[in-house]
Amino acid sequence: MKIKQTKYMKLSGLEPLILNENSNFINVGERTNVAGSRKFLRLIKEEKFDEALDIARHQVDGGAQIVDINMDDGLLDGKESMVRFLNLIAAEPDICRVPMMIDSSKWEIIEAGLQVVQGKCVVNSISLKEGEEKFIWEAKQIKKYGAAVIVMAFDEVGQADNYERRIEIAKRSYDVLVKKVGFPSEDIIFDLNIFPVATGMDEHKRNAIDFIEATKWVRENLENVSVSGGVSNVSFSFRGNNTVREAMHSVFLYYAIQNGMNMGIVNPAMLEVYDDIPKDLLEHVEDVILDRRDDATERLLDFAETVKGTKAEKTVDLSWRENPLQDRITHALVKGLDAFIIEDIEEARLAANKPIEVIEGNLMTGMNVVGDLFGAGKMFLPQVVKSARVMKKAVAYLNPFIEAEKSDKSEPVGKILMATVKGDVHDIGKNIVSVVLACNNYEIVDLGVMVPPEKIIETAISERVDAIGLSGLITPSLDEMVYLAKEMQNKNFEVPLLIGGATTSKAHTAVKIDTQYNNAVVHVNDASRAVTVVGDLLNKKTAHAYVAKMKKDYDEFRTKFLKRGKEKSYISIEEARKRKYKIDWETSEIVKPKELGVQILKQLSLKELLPFIDWSPFFRSWDLHGKYPDILKDNVVGEQATQLFEDAQDMVQQIIAKQSLKPKAVFGLFEANSINEDDISVQKKSEEIAVFRTLRQQLKKRDGIPNHALADFVAPKESGKTDYMGAFCVGIFGAQELADSYKAKDDDYNAIMAQAIADRFAEAFAEYLHKQIRTKHWGYAANEDLTNQDLIKESYKGIRPAPGYPACPDHLEKETIWDLLDVEKLIGVTLTESLAMWPAAAVSGYYFGNPESKYFGLGKITDDQLTDYAERKGIDKSKARKWLHPNLAE
Amino acid sequence: MSNIQQVLKERILVLDGAMGTMLQAYKFTEEDFRGERFKDYPTPLQGNNDLLSITQPEAIKTIHGKYFEVGADIVETNTFSGTTIAMADYQMEDLVYELNYQSAKIAKEVADEFTAKEPHKPRFVAGSIGPTNRTASMSPDVNDPGYRAVTFDELRIAYKQQVEALVDGGVDLLLVETVFDTLNAKAALFAIEQVKEERNIDMPIMLSGTITDASGRTLSGQTAEAFLISVSHIPLLSVGFNCALGANLLQPHLEAVANKTDFAISAHPNAGLPNAFGEYDETPEEMGEQIEEYLKKNLINIIGGCCGTSPEHIRVIANITAKYKPREFVTLSAVEES
Repeated sequence: MKIKQTKYMKLSGLEPLILNENSNFINVGERTNVAGSRKFLRLIKEEKFDEALDIARHQVDGGAQIVDINMDDGLLDGKESMVRFLNLIAAEPDICRVPMMIDSSKWEIIEAGLQVVQGKCVVNSISLKEGEEKFIWEAKQIKKYGAAVIVMAFDEVGQADNYERRIEIAKRSYDVLVKKVGFPSEDIIFDLNIFPVATGMDEHKRNAIDFIEATKWVRENLENVSVSGGVSNVSFSFRGNNTVREAMHSVFLYYAIQNGMNMGIVNPAMLEVYDDIPKDLLEHVEDVILDRRDDATERLLDFAETVKGTKAEKTVDLSWRENPLQDRITHALVKGLDAFIIEDIEEARLAANKPIEVIEGNLMTGMNVVGDLFGAGKMFLPQVVKSARVMKKAVAYLNPFIEAEKSDKSEPVGKILMATVKGDVHDIGKNIVSVVLACNNYEIVDLGVMVPPEKIIETAISERVDAIGLSGLITPSLDEMVYLAKEMQNKNFEVPLLIGGATTSKAHTAVKIDTQYNNAVVHVNDASRAVTVVGDLLNKKTAHAYVAKMKKDYDEFRTKFLKRGKEKSYISIEEARKRKYKIDWETSEIVKPKELGVQILKQLSLKELLPFIDWSPFFRSWDLHGKYPDILKDNVVGEQATQLFEDAQDMVQQIIAKQSLKPKAVFGLFEANSINEDDISVQKKSEEIAVFRTLRQQLKKRDGIPNHALADFVAPKESGKTDYMGAFCVGIFGAQELADSYKAKDDDYNAIMAQAIADRFAEAFAEYLHKQIRTKHWGYAANEDLTNQDLIKESYKGIRPAPGYPACPDHLEKETIWDLLDVEKLIGVTLTESLAMWPAAAVSGYYFGNPESKYFGLGKITDDQLTDYAERKGIDKSKARKWLHPNLAE
Repeated sequence: MSNIQQVLKERILVLDGAMGTMLQAYKFTEEDFRGERFKDYPTPLQGNNDLLSITQPEAIKTIHGKYFEVGADIVETNTFSGTTIAMADYQMEDLVYELNYQSAKIAKEVADEFTAKEPHKPRFVAGSIGPTNRTASMSPDVNDPGYRAVTFDELRIAYKQQVEALVDGGVDLLLVETVFDTLNAKAALFAIEQVKEERNIDMPIMLSGTITDASGRTLSGQTAEAFLISVSHIPLLSVGFNCALGANLLQPHLEAVANKTDFAISAHPNAGLPNAFGEYDETPEEMGEQIEEYLKKNLINIIGGCCGTSPEHIRVIANITAKYKPREFVTLSAVEES
C-alpha cells in the first residue's frame, strides 16, 4: 500500500513524541479511564489520587507512549476531576514526560483539560455527530490550544458501521478540517470504530475486515493522517476467555497495522505474540477476523471451549499460623513478619498475668533465637533489623497496657549511649549497631549526629549509661574521638568506649584513643561483633578480665604498628617534586571545555540515575560482603542479599514515585594551570579566581616511579598552554526526612534503607554527572560508550577525586570548592565544622580531563611538606597538622 | 513600513540589549519612580521599571535610541511586567493599558526617527510580553502539588489586555519572552490569536523560552524540543531562547531546535553567568566571540542580548552579525486562513 504522508504528527509531554516513517505502532494507555476501569473510577470517587497516579505511572512504565484520561461518569464532577488529576500528573515527571490524551464526550471537560497541560495533547474526540457548525467551532478552539485531535467516524446520521460509511465520514471530516478550519492534517487521527466480531449476528461478520479496509483507504487517500482505535472491542464476545481474546487482538492488530493503523488503545497484558499463537487457534481466529468462512464464528466458539486459560495463582504459605503461640511469635521475629504480630501478642497478653511478661517471656524467647542464629552466622544483619521492627511494633502495642498497670518496666541489661561525633553527619552504621543492640535488650540513648562532646559527657552522666559508642566517617572525626576519650579520662569515667565508623581503624584506636583513656576502648567496626563485645564488657563477672585482655591486646598491637611504621622511608618534598609525574605538554591533547563556567542541575529525575548505581557498597553497609550482582547468588548470603535487594528496589520505586529524594548539583569548568609545582591556579579570563593546593607523595620509590600530586595533571603556567579543570558537588536532599518518617513508625529497617539508598543515589549522581562532563559539558570523550560495569571499574578517561579521599586527603580544600562554585547558595549543600557535607548523601570533588590523569593514594607526608603546605595555604602549621595528621609520617 | 518577514529573509536582525541594566545606571530613587503623578501612591514603587515609561519617559527613549544607534533593528518595549498579574505587586492593575500603550508609543517614535534617517535600515518595535510572576503548570506549594496560583483563563485575560494596548500603541511585532512555563506562553499565544481574530490583523510573533539549568529543560520541565512542539501550532515569526544562560551555554539548545523547525531562530542570551555578586561581567568582545560561533554554524535569524548586556555589547554583536548570512528558513505563507 502507498501511505500518503509528507508531514508527521508531533506531540509533547516533558519530552517529545514524534512520528516518522519508521515509527512503530503508538500505544495509548487506557487504564486511567473511569469508563473502562472500575478500579480507577473507585479511586477517583474516593479521592485516592495517589493510587490513581500509580495507575498512570504503571502504564507509562509499561510502555504507554500516550496516557488517555477520561472522567466521564454520572457521579463525578468530570471537569473538576479532569483538572485535578491533570494538575497532579503535571507534578509527576515520570508520568507527564509523555503526552496526555484528554478524553471526554463533553466539550467543557476537554477545554478544561487543554487549559492545564503545557505539552501538546491529543483531544479524544470530536465528530460530525451534532453537525458541521459545532465540529468546526471545536476544531478551531483545539487548534488555538495547540492539540492533535481524534475524529470519530460519526455524523448526523449515526456511527459508521460499514466500509462505505467509514470512508464517507472520514473524507468529509478531513475536508472540513483541512479546508475550512485550516487544521494541520498531520494532527488528525481517525478512530474508525472497532466493533465486536463473532457475535452470532450476520451483520457483525465484517466488522473487523471493514475497519481494516477502511483504514487502508484512509491512509492511502487522506494525506498525513493517523488511524487509531480501541482494540479490545473486537473480542468482546469472548469475555472470560483471555487465551482467545489475546489471540484475537494480536491477529486484528497484525492485519490492521499492515493496512495503516498506527496507534491505538491496547492493553499490553492482553496481547499474545502473533508468532506464538498455536496454529489451530490462529487459523480459527483469522477466519473470524478476516471473515473467511461462513461458519467461522461457530467453529471458533467450539474451539474456544478447549483453550480456556489455566493460569496458576501464586499463594502465600501460611501453614505456620497453625503452630502453637510461642512458635508463631518466634517465627514472626525470625522471619521479620509483622502481619500477624499484634494478633499473636494480644493472645499472649490475655494468657499472661502481666503484660510485661509477654516482653520478658514470649518476645525475648523469640529474640534469643534471633540472637543465636545471628551469632551463629545463620541470620544476617538486614534480617535482624527486620526482627527488631517486629519487636518494636509488639512492644509499642504492649506499652499502654504496661503503663496502665503501672508495673515495673522490663529491666534492660544495659544502657548504651550512641552518637556520631561533632562535625560528622554519617549515621547509617551507628543506627544499625543501635538496632542490633536494642534487639539484645540493651537500652539505647541515641544522640543522633553532630553531637558536641560536652553533650555526650553530660548525657552519659545524667543517664548513667553503661557504655558509650562513637561513630564517624570522615577523618576529622578521629580527632573528635581522641578528644572525647581525653575528656572521659579527665572526668574519671569508667564506662567502656566503643569506636566505629568507616574512617576508624584498630590502628588508630590503639595508637591514638586507647592511650588517652585508662578504661576499655574497643574498635568495633562490624555490627555483628557489637553484641558480643558489649556483652563481654558489661558482664560483671568477666568484665575485668576482658578489659585487661583488651588493653594488653591494644598495647601489643600498638607497639607492633609503630615499629612497622618506622620501616618506611621518605624523601624530601624538593626531591619528590623533581620526581613528579611528567606529562609531555607539547604533545598532550588539551580539550577546551564546550561550556566554561558554573552551572546548576536541579531538574533531574532520579530514574535517570538508576543505571549508574553501584550496588556493592549498599550490601556492605548491611554487613553483607560480596560483589553485586554475584552476591545475589552467593551460597551463604545470597538469599538474604536477594531479599534485601528486593526491598531496596521497592523503596527505590516509591522514592521515585513520590519524589521523596531530590538530586541537586552544581559544577564548573575553568581555565587552569599548575603553578609553584603543587598548586593549581583556577582562572576566569586569565584572572585567578581560586587556587587549589595539592599534596605530593613522599614515599621513597623505585627509580622511574613518580611521586604524584594532582597538580601534575594540569599543564604548568610556564608551558604557555591554557589547560582546564573542573569542580563539582552533588547532593541528595530529603533522606533525613524520609528516614525520620520511618523511625516515627518504629521502622528502623526502612529508615536505614532510606539512608543507604540516598547514599547510593549520591554516588550514582556523581557518576552520572562525570559522564555528562566527559561527553557533553567538557566533551573530551564525546564518543565514549561505557557500561555501568566499566564505570564502576573506573575505565573512563579523566578522574574526579574528592577532597578527604586518598589522592587529596585535605578536607579544607572543600572550602575552596564551596567558594569557587558558590555551592551553599546555589544548591544548599553545607559544610559542618569538620567539613562533612550536609545532607550526608553528597559527593564533591575535582575534575581532571587529561587522559594520563589517574587515581592514586597520597600515603604519608613529612614535616617539610606540612610546613610548605601551611605556608602556601596561608594557615597556621598547627591547623594544617590538625587536618592532615592521619597522613603525617611520624 | 517594510515587512519584517521580508527583511528577515535578507539579513540577520539585531535585537536590543537589557533595559534593566541600563536603568540601573540612572540610580532612580523612589521619588523618581513616582514622579509628580504618583507622589501619593499608597505602595512603594521603586523597582517598578515598567512605570518609568510614564514617569521617566525621556530615560526610556534615550535607552531605545542608544540601542538603535549601535545597530539594533528591533527594540523591545519597556513592558516586561505589563500585565495585571505582575502589576498586582504594586497595586497598579488599573494602569496596565496605559503602561503598555505609552511604552509602545515611545518606542515607536524613536524607531520612526531612525527609520526616517536611514530608510534602507527600517527599525522595528517588539512589544515585550514577560512570563508574569506566576506559573500555570506548577504548584508554588510543595505540600499541594495539585494547587495552581493562576489559571489559564486568568493569564489569557491579562495577556489579552496587554496585547491590545501594545497593538494600539503601535508595535510592529510581539515578543513573548523568558518563557519558563510553556502553559503561560500558550495562554499568551491564545490571547494574541484572539486579538488578531477580533481585529482581523496580522501581527508577527517572536517566542523565546528560557532553559534554566544544565538539564537543558525549562523550569516547567520540558526539553527544548518538547517546548518547540508545544508552541508550534501558532504561525510564529521566530522561536528561540533568552536569559538564564550566557551565549555559549545557550548554543546546544539553539542547535536542538534550529534543525527541527521552519520558524526563524532567535537568541538573546545573558552576558555570561552572574558572578558571586549577582553581576554580569562578560565583556562585549567575549560575548561577541561566542555569538560568532552561532553565526559560523548558521544558526540564527535574530540575535540580541538579555541580562547584563549594554549598547556596547549590541554594537559588537551588530558588527559581527553584519558579516554573516541569516539561517535559511521556510516562510509561512499559505498556512493561515483564520
